[in-house]
Amino acid sequence: MMKQGIYEILFNFELAPNVFRMVLKGDTSALLSPGQFVNVKIDGLYLRRPISVCDYDKETITIIYKVVGVGTEKMSKMTAGDKLDLLVGLGNGFNAENDCKNPLVIGGGVGIPPLYGLCKELIKFGKKPTVILGFNTSSEMFYEEVFKLLGLDVYVTTVDGSYGTKGFVTDVMKNLDYDYFYTCGPMPMFKAIESIAKTSGQYSFEERMGCGFGACMGCSCKTKYGNKRICKDGPVLEREEIVW
Amino acid sequence: MVNTKVDLCGIQIDNPIIPASGTFGFGYEFAYNYDINMLGTFSFKGTTKDPRFGNPTPRIAETPSGMLNSVGLQNPGVDKVISEELPRLKSCFKKPVMANVSGFSVEDYAYTCEKLDAEEQIGWFEINVSCPNVHGGGLAFGTDPKNVAAVTKAVKKITNKPVIIKLSPNVTDITEIAKTCEAEGADGVSLINTLLGMRINPKTRKPILANTFGGLSGPAVFPVALRMIYQVYNAVNIPIIGMGGVSTAEDVIEMMLAGATAVEVGAANLVDPFACKNIIEDLPKVMEKYKINSLSEIIGGAHNG
Repeated sequence: MMKQGIYEILFNFELAPNVFRMVLKGDTSALLSPGQFVNVKIDGLYLRRPISVCDYDKETITIIYKVVGVGTEKMSKMTAGDKLDLLVGLGNGFNAENDCKNPLVIGGGVGIPPLYGLCKELIKFGKKPTVILGFNTSSEMFYEEVFKLLGLDVYVTTVDGSYGTKGFVTDVMKNLDYDYFYTCGPMPMFKAIESIAKTSGQYSFEERMGCGFGACMGCSCKTKYGNKRICKDGPVLEREEIVW
Repeated sequence: MVNTKVDLCGIQIDNPIIPASGTFGFGYEFAYNYDINMLGTFSFKGTTKDPRFGNPTPRIAETPSGMLNSVGLQNPGVDKVISEELPRLKSCFKKPVMANVSGFSVEDYAYTCEKLDAEEQIGWFEINVSCPNVHGGGLAFGTDPKNVAAVTKAVKKITNKPVIIKLSPNVTDITEIAKTCEAEGADGVSLINTLLGMRINPKTRKPILANTFGGLSGPAVFPVALRMIYQVYNAVNIPIIGMGGVSTAEDVIEMMLAGATAVEVGAANLVDPFACKNIIEDLPKVMEKYKINSLSEIIGGAHNG
């Protein structure tokens, strides 16, 4: 269930050009699964900014965000000790509890953060996911080592070949064995994955939102099982229900 | 002890705070957060004869002190509203609720209202003749006094419940439309619906909203709404529900002084899910601050002297 609260910034630093990692201290009891998001109120701006949760524990929330506009720009200027008004525990998150034995986790760019929490959850359920992280170029990379510290096999692709496999996440995915997949990233990546995926899976979507908690119908989409709200019934949708 | 009760078209409500249609769903998303029975009432999601998906996304854009939306009346249609939404609503809200109805023809409005009229929990009808976000209807429909008159007359014929017509601000003279509603027997008017606006993304050089235009709401529109309520109060003798950018108990007092009997809160619910709860809790304090014993005494108070 969603909670509103004031959270204190413990850290806020640049991981890669324009990509920031922020750790916030406060009540995390509303977070129930990886892939959920928080909605951040920023002084001087009317609408909150939805940001996926990368990781959380009893008293901290870690978010990783890219500066893409005026809201994230303002966030990037904040420092330790500053306070933020958050709505916490939004969205359904990934379902890590299923029959799969050999899941594949595929992230693209700033879609990668929620997959870190997901991998921790999968490990908790006794699974050892294989991870593919896709970036445009080596200078934009982040979190490869952090995933490796979980003891996982991590493949990195860069579009320009400056690190890891040259090309897209699907260039690695097509050669791997897996019985389920989880992914978060840009739409072109989703479409490429969809065209070669051999199993069921879960996609975490992004959309411009109004409220973030299911009231305004700002982020609706059509699925095979009726209309859904990305913020409330998503952001994670099952492969079988998605209308592309 | 201050008195926050007001009479809204013959039904007494505990306080004048009413979440506006389209910002509160059918109530239960907010019932997770607080006991919504503290509200005066709420206006449920705009309901049409047939199910509607609404407009393509993006449907939301930010503006200075406000937001644009072009949701386009997404709703499951009147049959599903009755069979699925209202039973769920009933489980978390025990007071009379306001049924917000939209349509694309006089027949649509009459059809939808007739079906909803049988629902006991519905206390009032709020007839949206002014949704600016719908192709082929909306704006053009609600800006023509002849259409508004025909809809008012048709709905009044099929129900004995109070009928409140929700007015568009996107007209030359809102008082003319309000007078038309009164002449056709409307029990009240509510205003303002959103103001038509747009944003453009300089990077893509394209409108942000997939629908190009959307309705502006939030604190940015508050002074415009206040002015129109003030004008309409001078023009008609039926109750006015004021809305447009209300975010605080102070805003509520201002709107009532301009002439509102009750006040709807819209966009504020979307950025602060506890907005209405906070306003209701603040009201007695703000009333004491301005030495107001009973809210109903200040309706139209700015017109005195």
